[in-house]
Amino acid sequence: MSQNAPMSPSSAPAVHPSGDKRFKMLDAALRRQQYQPEALLEILHAAQELFGFLSDDVLLYVGTALKLPLSRVYGVATFYNLFTLKPKGQHTCTVCMGTACYVKGAGEILAAVERAHGVKAGETTADGKLSSVVARCVGACGIAPAVVFDQEVAGKQDAATVLKRLEGWMKP
Amino acid sequence: MNAEELQGIVDAERKAQQEVRHRVGVCQAAGCLSLGADQVKAALQRTVEEARLGGEVEVFGTGCLGLCDAGTLVQVESREPGHVCKCLYQKVDAEGAVRIVKEHLLAGTPLDDGQADAESHFFAKQRRVVLQGSGVLDPERIESCLAAGAYQALHRALTELKPADVIAEITASGLRGRGGAGYPTGLKWSTVSKAVGARKVIICNADEGDPGAFMDRSVLEGDPHRVLEGMAIAGYAVGAEQGYVYVRGEYPLAIARLKGAIKQAERLQLLGHRIFESAFNFRIDLRIGAGAFVCGEETALIASVEGRRGTPRPRPPYPAVSGLGGMPTLINNVETFANVPAIVTGGAKAFASVGTEKSKGTKVFALAGKIARTGLIEVPMGMTLREIIFDIGGGIPDGKAFKAAQTGGPSGGCIPAQHLDLPVDYESLIQVGSFMGSGGLIVMDETSCMVDVAAYFMEFCRDESCGKCVPCRAGTVQMHGLLTRICRGEGREADLAQLEELAELLKSTSLCGLGQGAPNPVVSTLRYFRDEYLAHVRERRCPAGVCKMAPPPAPHATPARTEVRP
Repeated sequence: MSQNAPMSPSSAPAVHPSGDKRFKMLDAALRRQQYQPEALLEILHAAQELFGFLSDDVLLYVGTALKLPLSRVYGVATFYNLFTLKPKGQHTCTVCMGTACYVKGAGEILAAVERAHGVKAGETTADGKLSSVVARCVGACGIAPAVVFDQEVAGKQDAATVLKRLEGWMKP
Repeated sequence: MNAEELQGIVDAERKAQQEVRHRVGVCQAAGCLSLGADQVKAALQRTVEEARLGGEVEVFGTGCLGLCDAGTLVQVESREPGHVCKCLYQKVDAEGAVRIVKEHLLAGTPLDDGQADAESHFFAKQRRVVLQGSGVLDPERIESCLAAGAYQALHRALTELKPADVIAEITASGLRGRGGAGYPTGLKWSTVSKAVGARKVIICNADEGDPGAFMDRSVLEGDPHRVLEGMAIAGYAVGAEQGYVYVRGEYPLAIARLKGAIKQAERLQLLGHRIFESAFNFRIDLRIGAGAFVCGEETALIASVEGRRGTPRPRPPYPAVSGLGGMPTLINNVETFANVPAIVTGGAKAFASVGTEKSKGTKVFALAGKIARTGLIEVPMGMTLREIIFDIGGGIPDGKAFKAAQTGGPSGGCIPAQHLDLPVDYESLIQVGSFMGSGGLIVMDETSCMVDVAAYFMEFCRDESCGKCVPCRAGTVQMHGLLTRICRGEGREADLAQLEELAELLKSTSLCGLGQGAPNPVVSTLRYFRDEYLAHVRERRCPAGVCKMAPPPAPHATPARTEVRP
């Protein structure tokens, strides 16, 4: 924690006990936001980018640093869809379920992913390779149905093309 | 920055643009990017370099060119002696990019194949105000935006107009909120300007949550400075020095473009202290949403900007009086702000000359669903749905029949074929049981089941209900339960009456627009497609063949208790 930050004696130690360097980067994000409690969402975004998900430990750390009750941090982290409290798989297949995608068969794509890999939306395969996620709308309605493979948006998909793409990921 | 310095940048950029013979714009919006637009751009740049055309050709990325269905789109502007000729190539891939360079740019013969017809209704019937710069300028370079006229309106407002004049101009233009409800923008601005408070705030609502809508994303990606300029003018008009853009976390490209645009505008002192050497200061910060539909509601959005759970609160007090941190807060949608510079430069009269009596100007729509040309369009208010869907959108593909157009997202309704000749404006859409919404227009053909669509939207609202008020939290669960039961073929005729009763209850007792609007898709489908509901209930049959019916109960078995309990 930087010296000029107004921290109470009980606040987070200079180096996180785990020795994880990512906490240092989280500190930098906290400093950038000047430890403002209003920046909770920005900090959680930064934390999720660093750690992949929001563990209890990270939530505790953020709450202490921003001097916010844990109930508030946990409340915000669970309220918003983009924050996840569970680790994600190595790859993420996000099926857009916006209206345009839905009327063009996104439901079938999602069902096919579930049948082929045994993961419901929001779940991760047992081997931790694939997370299946549903998006409300990725705003790619012009090329519906859209599927996001990790960060890459692909348009005009169907069950076959999606499963083929996932096959590539699942190879050992 | 003063007027001369700005003009200097504009002149230098225009001169640079005139020195090149061909300006090649490659659409870099999400739709085209997913089809490999970045590779097309790289291929164009590489081939241009190989052909040593560097000084004659400028290759740049642009915002949405509109015809998303035919991506990747490439626009070539060639300067011939005496005139400028424009070609729009569609479905361009890396190979096509090489051909464009070799045949069009080098040999001077535009390709015959793959060109979009600029005379077609898709382009000819549109009228671009908000999207004027999208697809023309390079959103990542402020110089390109300045050359296209960015920040001229802000300059005019700061040097020629008093804040009250700006508000009078906006009021006279008849501009109404483009987020959907259509509240008169001038009235909102004047309320905030009169509100008592040492500090005031401007918030741009870019939390475009309606599924099936991507207008705001396209504006932010294609012409971010237009929105920033609109916000700064609003700040000057109402007396605010701080602005926030609350943008969806699902739009990474829009976030990146906004960040870049704010930084560039600050560097040129078009945002920050003493803008255009006046006494006016204005800074803009980004706030990134984290995926909650309810945050489109203004009081929930304010809670989210404050770093709290995005739950709405009762109004009054309205944000105009007491909003972010108790300060008077002006919240407008992206498209509303994007209209402002055009009104300040072009005048209220010119703006109000387009549109209908009560709805002035243009509206951007995102065409999607079962329609031949999906994409982004901007049309004058009052154009009929038939013109939008059949002339601009090219009608329904595969020879299928039109069934309904859905507007307004989960708070809107489905408009049937009998209302195709309806002029689209705020009032007429409400009359037929729908809602303007932010501008998503999803077309459905005979293969869509309207009960299934109603269930889809209700599921959306059920999941997105914040849980603060009971009618919405419990009511959406009940309505969704009834709808899925009907979809399974296990519904009864009495369910329809119960749906209608619940709809009335949600509408009149929910705390915010989410709960109040949630029953709209059900009410409008019950109104226009009741026969489909009845086929599900009476004959256990889905006319569109979408719903999978549960096997009929055994004749002697006691009927299973399928009541939905909270």
